[in-house]
Amino acid sequence: MKTVTLTIDGRELQAETGQTILEVARDNNIYIPALCHNEAVAAYGACRLCMVEVSRGDWAKLVTSCLYEVEDGLVVKTNTERVNNVRRLVTELLLARCPDSEVIQDLAKELGVGEPRFTPEEGNHKCILCALCTRACQEVVGASAISLVNRGVNRQMATPFYAFSDACIACGSCAYVCPTGAIDIEDAGDTRKITMPNVTMEFKLKQCKTCGAYWAPERQLAHIIKQADLPPDAFDDCPDCRE
Amino acid sequence: MRNMPNSKKKQLKAADKKKIAATLDRYQRDGVMLVSILQDVQAELNYLPEDALKEVSQGLELPLTQVYSVATFFKAFSLKPRGRHLVNICMGTACHVRGSVGILEKLEQELGILPGETTRDYRFTLETVNCVGACALGPIVMVDGKYHGQMTADKVDAVLKGYE
Repeated sequence: MKTVTLTIDGRELQAETGQTILEVARDNNIYIPALCHNEAVAAYGACRLCMVEVSRGDWAKLVTSCLYEVEDGLVVKTNTERVNNVRRLVTELLLARCPDSEVIQDLAKELGVGEPRFTPEEGNHKCILCALCTRACQEVVGASAISLVNRGVNRQMATPFYAFSDACIACGSCAYVCPTGAIDIEDAGDTRKITMPNVTMEFKLKQCKTCGAYWAPERQLAHIIKQADLPPDAFDDCPDCRE
Repeated sequence: MRNMPNSKKKQLKAADKKKIAATLDRYQRDGVMLVSILQDVQAELNYLPEDALKEVSQGLELPLTQVYSVATFFKAFSLKPRGRHLVNICMGTACHVRGSVGILEKLEQELGILPGETTRDYRFTLETVNCVGACALGPIVMVDGKYHGQMTADKVDAVLKGYE
């Protein structure tokens, strides 16, 4: 690893090779909006909100800061007219796709985007197809229960065949990482209900042997027992009743 | 939806499973060859039934999500049963200016289906393509890979009659 010097918005910063512009900016409290970025998973470049301008000499180009790795002498501007124009257009498109999403609405307000010129999608959910949920499910959880399916305007986040996914362990990581709150999780009695934009699935919760409370999905506990090689009765008691 | 084949789930026969296993072996069960494998499976089974995708996923030790994503990404793959004969009408620029729109309308009327659909008797599946690389012969209708050049709406009946 080598230390490089770059400039972001006029500030001279030290960083290490392999870091991305977005990482360095956030380490130094420079704000760049982004929805599909999460340090738990590999950068993906889907939401296009983190666009910044990099320049060398008298030319400049727009790049996604979450994917662009820093180099020595790089000059980055995060707040130029060109950058803001792109971010506003992207936000306008996202707002037309997900008019009900509070996160997108707030972003639009922040960037000064009014009513989108594009026809808003009706009866829509809040999914912006950033694939953060599917990436977390695959890279972090290791379940690969959901993915993006179809192509182009028909692209959707879904389980295989839009049916109950056998690979899903009901952990809820997808809902946790979703930047727009497109996935709902509801625990009621002995059942966990996961509502995704195109699929709803129900899972059994495990009951604590001692206090009788339903405290975690059976599949998730089975998954942990298998991954960590624990004894099969490791989770018979809930955390509160454990010694 | 008119004339859509009912999407009753097809149970794979033992022979179908054997075919899939043989296909997987032919590619050394290498997940990198997923697209080729799916092409071969579709060629053998006429389309990609749900259980076939599950077999492929298990055989290659790939998540079902990945197999399903690929199978739904490419237009060449069909997850619904297809007709015995595939009718491709070229809507490329050269065929378009020579009147392929009128021929497509005639095909839709004759078959009672829209592009992407299959007739109820599973005789024909209709698809549009954007150029088949034989513009001089346009407008072109392809049936099961055979080119029928210089088509007109009037010739549609005669061409379809040749396929049972």
